[in-house]
Amino acid sequence: MSISKEDVKYIAALARIDVPEDKLEGFTKSLGGIVQYVEQLQKLDVSNVKPTSHAVPVGNVLRSDVVKPSLISKEALVFKVPLIIE
Amino acid sequence: MNLHSLTAHALLDLFKSGKASSKEAYEAVLGRIKAVDPKVKAYVHMAHAQPGYAGDFQIPIAIKDNLCTKGEEITCASRILKGFRSPYDAGVIERIKKSGGTILGIVNMDEFAFGSSCETSCYGPTFNPWNLQCVPGGSSGGSAAAVAADEAMWALGSDTGGSIRQPASFCGIVGLKPTYGRVSRYGLIAFASSLDQIGPLTKDVRDCALLMNIIAGYDERDSTSVNEPVPDYTKALVNDVRGLKIGIPKEAFVEGLDPEVRRSVEDAIDLLKKQGAIIKEVSLPHTPYAVATYYIVATAEASSNLARFDGVRYGLRAQPAKVRKNALIDMYEETRSLGFGDEAKRRIMLGTYALSSGYYDAYYLRGQKVRTLIKNDLDEVFKDCDVIMTPTSPTVSFKVGEKVSDPLSMYLSDIYTIPANLAGIPAISVPCGFSKSGLPIGLQLMGKAFDEEMLLRVSYTYEQNTEWHLKKPKL
Repeated sequence: MSISKEDVKYIAALARIDVPEDKLEGFTKSLGGIVQYVEQLQKLDVSNVKPTSHAVPVGNVLRSDVVKPSLISKEALVFKVPLIIE
Repeated sequence: MNLHSLTAHALLDLFKSGKASSKEAYEAVLGRIKAVDPKVKAYVHMAHAQPGYAGDFQIPIAIKDNLCTKGEEITCASRILKGFRSPYDAGVIERIKKSGGTILGIVNMDEFAFGSSCETSCYGPTFNPWNLQCVPGGSSGGSAAAVAADEAMWALGSDTGGSIRQPASFCGIVGLKPTYGRVSRYGLIAFASSLDQIGPLTKDVRDCALLMNIIAGYDERDSTSVNEPVPDYTKALVNDVRGLKIGIPKEAFVEGLDPEVRRSVEDAIDLLKKQGAIIKEVSLPHTPYAVATYYIVATAEASSNLARFDGVRYGLRAQPAKVRKNALIDMYEETRSLGFGDEAKRRIMLGTYALSSGYYDAYYLRGQKVRTLIKNDLDEVFKDCDVIMTPTSPTVSFKVGEKVSDPLSMYLSDIYTIPANLAGIPAISVPCGFSKSGLPIGLQLMGKAFDEEMLLRVSYTYEQNTEWHLKKPKL
């Protein structure tokens, strides 16, 4: 599996990153090298293996519905927003 | 007496006997920072708040630039968070403040903790106090360099794939990654949420135990925090390893391991054997796949965690000069392109690729399955071993600039540290020697989940029988 410049453009657009033409070659090369390295995982038989998303098994964590002190809106929300209606 | 060169526990003894005050200690460290930080460049900025001097542990501490500290600019060493002032304290910062700790300042790191050398920081690199042409390791390079250079008594860092242990090893100090869930991640700016853990970087093992006593414990604001009782870690500081079983994985001693590092680790094995430990050769057959697994799992999580940095919520917001796609998307892309450095972009793109339609099964899902295999290997060995011992890093520190253009060779620097993060288990790095070139070497010990005490006991015994931790760099 190798990565083409078109792939990099596609991934960059998904990730909302603008990769300029002069950096495209470099990213294609370095990403291609890493993807080639991780290809080694294809050698392993994982057909009966369950995926681990978390090392410590935890279920849904709920808390009781009690009001507790938190940031007051003056601390949390006082910042300048850019002009959005011109 | 130079107060700045002492350990925290030595300082606490002086406070108790009235031979020094916390104010004197704080001023001594500030003086030291002024004298050597222009060379080391560990600090990003000094703290604004003045020390409170209340509590039992009035120790000056350095904080990594990804731990939210109220009123301070916290940026993860990234342009994209420039100007972000945290309106609240992370769980660990609350605990430090409550203990009386004095926050000296915010220290450097690799951008968003993406790196093993502190070179991807938007502030420029930090330098290794043992050789100013070399890297301090990363990503908690500023934390490690500050402690090694006596610019802080101790420091907090974070470890996703080795980011506390590898810089501790490169700088000749002690660094512990606790069990996943042992320390609250509330207020730690996330890199890979299933791997990140905050931990101490200290001058010796006793300080490591003391700082763990302060930061460990349940926090309901982190839903992955584990509600288990916290022991007094200083009780684990026993100079006795008789009868303890230490596993040495044969996969750790293969090509790519620097012969000097190998020799130091073998000497450490011999020493612990002489102290009465039982040494066993063990096998972790899937650990050679750990780096590949990590660079899928960690980048996938990172690409998702870093999606929030879009110019709307925090820090930088760029104004595109002309319309390319549409005004909103142009703003996102321009902000992220200006705000993130190349390594952050590379990892976000790699993670996006691993999660993208058509590749999810082949990469992300497979990565999670191999993660299971690696965890099973460790579980199996821990059935009959108390700790597993390896080098912390395959090499000593390298020159600034040496690996920047080859990301893969940089990633391989974490080959021994990554398995502990994937399995969620605790691991510590302690100094175990020096190369001929005078650079520190680190020994890694991994333990069972929530058995930090065993790591502290074995490393304390090792430390009591060696003098590596007493050596200081000449600055």
